[in-house]
Amino acid sequence: MNSDELTNRARAATTLTMQVRQSGKRWSARRRVMALGVLAGCAVALGGCISINAPDKPIVIELNINIKQEVVYRLAADAGNTIEENSGIF
Amino acid sequence: MLLRESRLKHRPLALAAGALSLALLSLSAPAAAQQRDPAYADARAKGEVGEKADGYLGFPTPPSAAVKRMADDINIKRKNIYADKAQANAATVEEYAFTAGCLAILRTVPGEKYQAPDGSWRTRTAEPPLRSELCPKVN
Repeated sequence: MNSDELTNRARAATTLTMQVRQSGKRWSARRRVMALGVLAGCAVALGGCISINAPDKPIVIELNINIKQEVVYRLAADAGNTIEENSGIF
Repeated sequence: MLLRESRLKHRPLALAAGALSLALLSLSAPAAAQQRDPAYADARAKGEVGEKADGYLGFPTPPSAAVKRMADDINIKRKNIYADKAQANAATVEEYAFTAGCLAILRTVPGEKYQAPDGSWRTRTAEPPLRSELCPKVN
């Protein structure tokens, strides 16, 4: 199904390219200059879009990434006791 | 002479009484710590504070100044305890706090608020709370 779609699209593209080629000779130099200009414009525009600014806020890393499950299991019994002993603030 | 004798006789009794009162004191100290401050208990019941996944109290709704001060105070005390215990167990404060958070969320009672792993605030129901995959499983 997918490959069918892709094939069809490729065909359409080929046809278009051929059409351009058939009538290409007449304005090729001017067209090239224009294409170059458009390309340069695109590049500038793209360059503007991709420009990266330094973040003004610190990057927050998800807490869970730094914690291993084995550590949590090892601490669980002790933490349970701690909560019981200090249940006034838990 | 009679007085001195009676004093001598009563000395063991006085010592025993002293020891007993000391024992009672040391017993009553943790017992007092186990009681939640009424303002804290009230804020929990009303959902003004909830248990975060990282082991500290958070605010499901914007807190009043008094509630914020109370929760900040408790969080500072918790952090002190976490730091001590983490060092004793060769773990980081964050690891110990997170583990305590797993258990604190489990201890919430229906109606209290807690933070699910995705960061959203939930109200505890009779169902088990939504907790991180890293939390110890309960049987």
